[in-house]
Amino acid sequence: MTATMTRSEGRSEKRTGASVSVQGFFTRHSALMPTFAALAILLLLFAGAEAFLRGDFITPRNISALLLDNAYLLILAVGMTFVIVTGGIDLSVGSVMAFTGILGAKLLAEGMPVAIAIPVILAGGAVIGLIIGVLVQYFNVQPFIASLAGLFLARGLAFVVSLSSIKVEEPAILWLQSTRFSVGGWYITPTGIIALLAVAVAAFVMHLTRMGRTVYAIGGSESSARLMGLKVARTKVMVYVISGFCAGLAGLVLTAYSGAGYPRNGIGTELDAIAAVVIGGTLLTGGRGYVIGSMIGVFVYGTIKTIITFMGAEQSWMQIIVGALLLLFIVVQRAIVARSEGRG
Amino acid sequence: MDQAHPLLELTGATVRFGADAALRDVSLRLFPGEVHSLMGENGAGKSTLIKAVTGALRMDEGELRLDGERVEFATPHEAQRAGISTVYQEIELLPNLSVAENIFIGRDVGRSGLVSRGEMVARAREVLGGLGLTDVDPRALLGSHSVAVQQLVAIARAVTADVRVLVLDEPTSSLDVDEVAELFRVIRELQSRGVAILFVSHFIEQVYEICDRITVLRDGVLVGEYLTRELLRIDLVHKMLGHDATAHRERENPSADRPEGEVLLSARGLRVGQSLEAADVDLGKGEVLGVAGLLGSGRTSLARALTGVARADAGIIRIEEHAVDLDSPRRAITLGVVYSSENRLRDGIVAELSVLENITLALQAERGALKPIPMDRRRELAQSWVDALDIRPADLDRPAGLLSGGNQQKVLLARLLALSPRLLVLDEPTRGIDVGAKVEVQNLVGELADNGVSVVFISAELEEVMRVGDRVAVLRDGRIVDTLASGELTADALLALVAQPEDEGE
Repeated sequence: MTATMTRSEGRSEKRTGASVSVQGFFTRHSALMPTFAALAILLLLFAGAEAFLRGDFITPRNISALLLDNAYLLILAVGMTFVIVTGGIDLSVGSVMAFTGILGAKLLAEGMPVAIAIPVILAGGAVIGLIIGVLVQYFNVQPFIASLAGLFLARGLAFVVSLSSIKVEEPAILWLQSTRFSVGGWYITPTGIIALLAVAVAAFVMHLTRMGRTVYAIGGSESSARLMGLKVARTKVMVYVISGFCAGLAGLVLTAYSGAGYPRNGIGTELDAIAAVVIGGTLLTGGRGYVIGSMIGVFVYGTIKTIITFMGAEQSWMQIIVGALLLLFIVVQRAIVARSEGRG
Repeated sequence: MDQAHPLLELTGATVRFGADAALRDVSLRLFPGEVHSLMGENGAGKSTLIKAVTGALRMDEGELRLDGERVEFATPHEAQRAGISTVYQEIELLPNLSVAENIFIGRDVGRSGLVSRGEMVARAREVLGGLGLTDVDPRALLGSHSVAVQQLVAIARAVTADVRVLVLDEPTSSLDVDEVAELFRVIRELQSRGVAILFVSHFIEQVYEICDRITVLRDGVLVGEYLTRELLRIDLVHKMLGHDATAHRERENPSADRPEGEVLLSARGLRVGQSLEAADVDLGKGEVLGVAGLLGSGRTSLARALTGVARADAGIIRIEEHAVDLDSPRRAITLGVVYSSENRLRDGIVAELSVLENITLALQAERGALKPIPMDRRRELAQSWVDALDIRPADLDRPAGLLSGGNQQKVLLARLLALSPRLLVLDEPTRGIDVGAKVEVQNLVGELADNGVSVVFISAELEEVMRVGDRVAVLRDGRIVDTLASGELTADALLALVAQPEDEGE
């Protein structure tokens, strides 16, 4: 018994010895931990690929291409982050992206000016989001089901617009993709700028506006948020509108990227977006997560894809690795949640 | 005080749910700077009255005046804006946001939809400081704080909104002695600022410690309004129950004439993580062992170790002299050892299922899903328990979540008793239930013991532990410091044992 006592004393001494400021930082920002983990994995992937490919991986060209190739996914993930932080899910984004993309291509092919076509496709995405949001909030439909309905609706609409691919000749759209602002070997396209802007605006809204804080509040406890007098109904509809709008924007970016609209685009992309958001540290049950984390998640996703292409391996490895990562992150998140509940 | 104008005055309040009136012509007056208690058994209409005052529920008849002016609230938010704030028993805050945000979210800090973090933290520090809570970090996540601190943060939130009337609904039910003292200090601070406080609690001692005035409700009807200092405790209980408090049936002290040597369970050197060390427990057949200890003293760890919910890290448990390895609740149940959690909502009652299903759940689970109990048999079984324990309303098909706390507890007990246990471990079975139901649960424990069932009875109320237990084990800082026959104990002596700090004990 004396032995046990000395041991436990030793332990408590060590605890008090730990730096108080570091501890304070982590209690304050425990929600950041999964995002840091995602960042660590991204750096590890970079380092691993660099070593494996003998210095051919981390080149300005590759890193720039990472943003270019994944700009549409990044925009989808930004919108998805809003929805998931409230504790919801939006399965419609891949289809909405395809619908808005083909709609844009068709409108432009029929001679509609860009200045009208772009607002129309953005609004189209937002309206589908609005329908889902209203179903979720006012008709009490599970987000999973409501957005599944949105998925089918948007995919059907895409096929109504056109059954085959429509090429885009409009120079303003092609400009989005073909222009490269470059410094040294680095470059960025307007689509990349749009994606980064989306991240910046979303991060600002999430952290510094009342609406953003209400998004987190709903994810924490919807009934508490309501009792605290927050605008729960409006905000819940709004996150689906934001997600739909982002899907519309992603449709525009994808059309610019591929130079054409295609009604079969983005099948399963909603799951890629959800995976990126979760890998980036957003809790699927809501209340915790960061837009910046989702960006890191998209880069992790994109990097794995690039590495596999470099190695010439089967694309199915992509899914296996992303699946394993997802599993790992969900376990990490559970552990964090369990720990914070234990303390509370 | 009677000459002053009441700050809040409710007259003729009537609320009906369908044909039943939950509240009939009830009045309530709150004066500035007073702490007023609302007392009554569960189902007396306390929650309904609170909801009527705070705008969560519309009154069918009646008039609410705030500062002499007639007001009507459609939502809790409107009531808040008028200066009536409520702190609920289940803390209605956001664990994933910071303390500062929890205090100010939904309030106007910063301009035009933007949030100013710096200002928010500074003002939160001010508010917390004003309540004497200087050691709470406003930037930390709320969820990283203890329940007690969260409760105080909820109060801090309430008081930042120019609060005039503060309603505290069962604020102390999950706090320990020190935390209650802290809460009372804050209440007195608010009182001195002229806030009228409506304090609802089941703990009569606390009501007498803090309240100036008591309003008693029974069956939705006003019994009366009394000055605390003029109302004897026994009279208060009379008024709440409407009849003499169901007397606790004294058991003929069975510990004295129980044949020695008939030991059901004996545990030696139990250790669970850092919360329980070197615990020895002996329990005879048909004996009730009371366990007294503060929150965090290891009392729940002990209960969980004895019932296989948490596996002990060290130590031996013998049941009828055979060493057993309780590695799961399932194993424990097959040995006749069952556990009733202190958190009956989270770990006990399945609120959506009917009373019938809740009662037969564990029995069915023990038989396995492939051998369903015939419906007739289940109904008959459940009915017999509903009758035996006097579960009200006696409606087998009602969702269990709609029952009052006391009746939920009885349903839970019925579920466990349906397993014909030999050892029943009850962790705070009387928490949050009304006086009448408490006595019934206590009597039931006595009856079970008379029928040869051994019971471990854990409770935060020391008097209850002494009354129910044949012997009382006192836990402090994860150790069993003493086990005494309850006949030799007085409330003061037990309190001293429970609260004694480590250094004086050795």
